[in-house]
Amino acid sequence: MPGTKEIRSKIASVKSTQKITKAMQMVATSKMRRAQERMRLARPYAQKMRNVIGHLTEANPDYRHPFLVTREPKAVGIIVISTDRGLAGGLNANIFKQTLFLMREWQAKGAQVSLCIIGSKGLAFFRRLGVPILANVSGLGDRPHVKDLIGTVKVMLDAYSSGELDRLFLVNAQFLNTMTQKPTVEQLLPVEAVDTEGLAEHWDYIYEPEAKLILDGLLIRYIESQVYRGAVENVASEMAARMVAMKAASDNAGKLIGELQLIYNKARQAAITKELSEIVGGAAAV
Amino acid sequence: MAEQHTIHVDIVSAEGEIFSGPAAMVFAPASEGELGIAPRHAPLLTLLKAGEVRVQTPEGEQQSFYVGGGALEVQPNKVTVLADTALRARDIDEAAALAAKQRAEDALRDKPGHITQAEALAELARAAAMLKVLERLRKLRG
Repeated sequence: MPGTKEIRSKIASVKSTQKITKAMQMVATSKMRRAQERMRLARPYAQKMRNVIGHLTEANPDYRHPFLVTREPKAVGIIVISTDRGLAGGLNANIFKQTLFLMREWQAKGAQVSLCIIGSKGLAFFRRLGVPILANVSGLGDRPHVKDLIGTVKVMLDAYSSGELDRLFLVNAQFLNTMTQKPTVEQLLPVEAVDTEGLAEHWDYIYEPEAKLILDGLLIRYIESQVYRGAVENVASEMAARMVAMKAASDNAGKLIGELQLIYNKARQAAITKELSEIVGGAAAV
Repeated sequence: MAEQHTIHVDIVSAEGEIFSGPAAMVFAPASEGELGIAPRHAPLLTLLKAGEVRVQTPEGEQQSFYVGGGALEVQPNKVTVLADTALRARDIDEAAALAAKQRAEDALRDKPGHITQAEALAELARAAAMLKVLERLRKLRG
């Protein structure tokens, strides 16, 4: 029976691939749920922070922190969040496309663009472009920690404070739902209009130490929490994208196995028929 | 209005909520010294040092939480601790920033020498495609 052995081994190899993709799908599903939970947990902190900063800026109109002042955009910094691992559908490609679009837009306006890359896929992609990369952190894993982001964010904040950057953007995949993840661009610096509702009645805090120092400390933490939220959201998106990609791969493998099985059965049938007709023919000849 | 005997406390960090509930008294390590906050305290905003935040529940129990620093906001009936998850200090942050810069520089410098397996495979595929084209051209000519 020529051919059937090859088909059989092909079926076995597709089956083992399917096992892997199915396992990856299940792992991604459970990791996605946990990442979503962490997204939810990060929300109250950022919200509270925004309120306090809003209040501070309202109560101290004479002090303008550099993070709140809009300058002429001569140099632009972009923090790009990407994944560390592949097999996540078009997630990274979409983030990079969005980033390139943003870069071109600012370069057309005559601004210098420099990058800060989070995630090794982004590093592999952007280092070919020859655009200055100011800072990098990779291997954050499925549970990013604020601790691991502080240094990277600080490089960009320092560059902003010293006037090397006039704008700071964050690009990451936004988790809309399991099926849809959209790359988004968010302006981190200068901090855009902070909500000041409910502050009509004028009362002020006692500041200890002075308001400036507190505002400094809070603004840095606020930006860090934004980047952290971006990183967590990116993990959720990565897992969702991988889940969908692996489901499609498993389904395709199933289809392929069905087709191969059919071909195998046909070949087997043909071989049996041939053998029978040979026997019958041989018997008739006697 | 009846006199309030408790104050609501929220301790949140960027990575999640740590504590939320009523308290009779809250102690926190403010940057200028230890602070005790009772209900109906005047609005206050301060930075925190690394240390222990102690919450005295209305039942008289004490719960303590370690914070690496952060900020404390007090409103008459509400205390919010914005806790840092990491230990912060100027030199620690500085070192982390330097490390991040270093990683970026290393990644850029290693460009020609150090290539990952994925890049090598992509390079190989490109070379194979080029060879194929060359072969076809040779056939067309010859």
